[in-house]
Amino acid sequence: MPSQRRPDAPIVRPSAALLTWGLVACCGLSCQKHAEIKPKPEHAPLANANAARLRAGAASEDGQWPMPGKNYENTRFSGLDELNRDNAKNLRLVWTQKTGVERGHEAAPLAVADTLFVVTPYPNHLLAFDLHQPGSPPKWTFVPETVPAAQGVACCDVVNRGAAYAHGRVYFNTLDAQSVAVDAATGKEVWRVKLGDVTRGETITMAPLVVDSQVFVGNSGGELGVRGWLTALDTETGKINWRAWATGPDSDVLIGPEFQPFYESDRGKDLGVCTWPVDQWKIGGGTAWGFVSYDPDLDLLYYGTANPGPWNPEGRPGANKWTAGIFARRPATGHAVWFYQWNPHDVFDHDGINENVLFDMTVAGQTRKVLAHADRNGYLYILDRTSGEVLSASPFGPISSSTGVDLKTGHLNLVPEMIPKLGQVTRNICPAAPGAKDWQPMAFSPKTGLLYIPHQNLCMDEEGLEANYIAGTPYVAAAVRYRPGPGGSLGKLSAWDPALGKAVWTIEERFPVWSGALTTAGDLVFYGTMDGWFKAVDATNGKLLWKYHTDSGIISQPVSYRGPDGKQYVAVLDGVGGWAGAVVVGDLDPRDQSGANGFVNPMVELKNVTKKGGAVYVFALP
Amino acid sequence: MRKALSLCWSLVCCGVVYPARATGDVKREVRPRELRVCADPANLPYSNDREQGFENQIASFLAHELHATLSYTWWAQRRGFLRNTLNAGLCDVVIGVPVGLERAQLTEPYYRSSFAFVTRRDRHLGDLRSLDDARLRELKIGVPLAGDDGANPAPAHALSRRGMVSNVIGFSLWGEYERKIPAAVEAVVQRTLDVALLWGPLAGASAKKSPEPLTVRLLNEQRDAGIPLAFSIAMAVRESDAPLAAELNAVIRRRRAALNQILRSAGVPLLDLEPQNREPHHARP
Repeated sequence: MPSQRRPDAPIVRPSAALLTWGLVACCGLSCQKHAEIKPKPEHAPLANANAARLRAGAASEDGQWPMPGKNYENTRFSGLDELNRDNAKNLRLVWTQKTGVERGHEAAPLAVADTLFVVTPYPNHLLAFDLHQPGSPPKWTFVPETVPAAQGVACCDVVNRGAAYAHGRVYFNTLDAQSVAVDAATGKEVWRVKLGDVTRGETITMAPLVVDSQVFVGNSGGELGVRGWLTALDTETGKINWRAWATGPDSDVLIGPEFQPFYESDRGKDLGVCTWPVDQWKIGGGTAWGFVSYDPDLDLLYYGTANPGPWNPEGRPGANKWTAGIFARRPATGHAVWFYQWNPHDVFDHDGINENVLFDMTVAGQTRKVLAHADRNGYLYILDRTSGEVLSASPFGPISSSTGVDLKTGHLNLVPEMIPKLGQVTRNICPAAPGAKDWQPMAFSPKTGLLYIPHQNLCMDEEGLEANYIAGTPYVAAAVRYRPGPGGSLGKLSAWDPALGKAVWTIEERFPVWSGALTTAGDLVFYGTMDGWFKAVDATNGKLLWKYHTDSGIISQPVSYRGPDGKQYVAVLDGVGGWAGAVVVGDLDPRDQSGANGFVNPMVELKNVTKKGGAVYVFALP
Repeated sequence: MRKALSLCWSLVCCGVVYPARATGDVKREVRPRELRVCADPANLPYSNDREQGFENQIASFLAHELHATLSYTWWAQRRGFLRNTLNAGLCDVVIGVPVGLERAQLTEPYYRSSFAFVTRRDRHLGDLRSLDDARLRELKIGVPLAGDDGANPAPAHALSRRGMVSNVIGFSLWGEYERKIPAAVEAVVQRTLDVALLWGPLAGASAKKSPEPLTVRLLNEQRDAGIPLAFSIAMAVRESDAPLAAELNAVIRRRRAALNQILRSAGVPLLDLEPQNREPHHARP
């Protein structure tokens, strides 16, 4: 209810702003504790009476995988149970085919009827494989018309996170900010629409979501001062029905009478303007490059907004609405219903775009419609998805930059000493910029009631300045060094009990787990590693059941489907890259002194254990 | 493979540079050579794919000096530029990078510049030279923005550090492809801005193309709160490519006057290169 208006909020000068933020952060000091997860591999999650209960994915399993998250709820849960804990060890490679592109493959293959669809990294070819034929030969390949300059613009490799199948068509986006619909039977373009300006640094890497007659698409490029949006296109024509901006006046953000944010700090007129210095919202970031979820009963879309940009934080005092948060919107009109900001005035590059997984769970004896979100800032949030109320926020990785989330105000309590200031040394900031978890999507099993979170264990030091040069203009940036967090392993897969607010088991990995997770009714969890292992583990205790070595590292989203022959298959793409891959392979200087005990060294090792690639792998029982 | 390549460069080095210095009729056998440059296809005044930028001119000049033909790989000069071009082996030299840049071997610097105030001449603000000038608080100032958080050109930090936020307008460095002059300079011409604070080469070259007479003044300050405002610019080669660096250094030393002439004609305001030698490569507080 917009009862407390702040229409004339003055432009706050940096000193005052810092004081404000300092105060906010100071409030949390009394309860300061640096949370850390202790793995408890022996814990039996099902014994917990409060375990999250089945709703998501409960509908009868049709054996298809039509969108990257499998369903609107983004659970990545397959109801197929032919594969199980006993027979997973017998999994065999059935077929494999190269995609023809050797960059970071982050997409989920789609399996619909007798066809497997794969969208590649830029140049964003769409491949269709015929599952009826032995060896599943290519049926057709669609090559979109794109602008090569997009390659130099994309921030973090030229990835694509997948397509969506609906109405006999495959919908996907291209790096140069186009959205395309392709006839699934013929591979012919139905429509193609340009949604952004690549010369301004605007790209699209996300997978669209299709609900009824609309395709939902968001942009990327916040680091270049792109202003974020989510847009709805007509599935038949590609015509834009609405576009909701992440910054600017309420009319641009599609905030109207329906908007009822749970927390006071999100109420007021034109906060997308007055929580910024003059005009800065025009280049304010808040792009929408993650997954979109949808609740058909509540008729709400959910998606996160990216970090604010591009100014240094001192140059953008204020909460920088509506960046680094989550919107619930009406699909028909785009109107915002509620918003919550994970990271007000983000200073750590903590995008709020990580996926939101929808399920119902029992909280204090009551069934609540919730969404789970593992943010870059290191907290696993459970929100009431009808209202946007934060029910819990529990650390799922080491955190030194904040002390917790105030459930009364919803505010994240930062540790002032950990806020980076250019030219000052700040050490041991946890989590690092990529966060405790980045884009790589988690899975939820309604059978075990657990979330399976692929994530990383990185802290960072900011040490002095280093020169850089971009578009012909020199600048200095903080010399940031990533290094492993406590424990030393860079990656983890955690099985998380949302009711208990803690991990029940955790698998340590040498490199960040940059792939998505898949879980199945056979109580299996699948994920891939950057050094090229595709693994199946027991969903109840994390025990490794099977693994297969791929040519290149895995950073994609595994899926499972029933083939035309009635058998259960598991598919995944290899092809290392992405931000982690770029960090890994080229962006850090191996000469750096911090390399020996830091992030650089293990990542340089990655070069020795994997190589570039790009292929689809499909597995089944013999 | 790497060794063979270096050896090859050494041979070329011996085969080209020394004969070039010999006077008279040199008909020694010189293997055909290519100078492979990576550059932005649309980033004037530095470079474009029609070779109209001053870095294009410098590349041609170097090729001539090295008796090599010139070839280009075009790539937007953005995050990942060196990784995707020079260090991916697509080319052997990048014409302009600031001293202190990591992930490449740099030649000696061949020019030095700083950020500059750009104003309309009829505003008579030519004596505006310092970030501490009280008049700045009353003026509308445009500054370039490069990337997120800390990754921005020094003037953005320097102004916000002085509490100047509400009178400062950020301009993206992107999307300038279609423009004759940068948007911030255009805004000065149109009087929607009082002053633009831009990197010298961009400021100077744009002023030359402006339809209205503009004044370009380099900042007095070369450093602000430990953050450099002036930068020395060098050429970049791969870290392993010492022979090419040596060749380029020889040209830089021998043909300084010619290089300066190219820069001056492009309107690049130059600082004395001397202070560079006393400056640490990597400023650590």
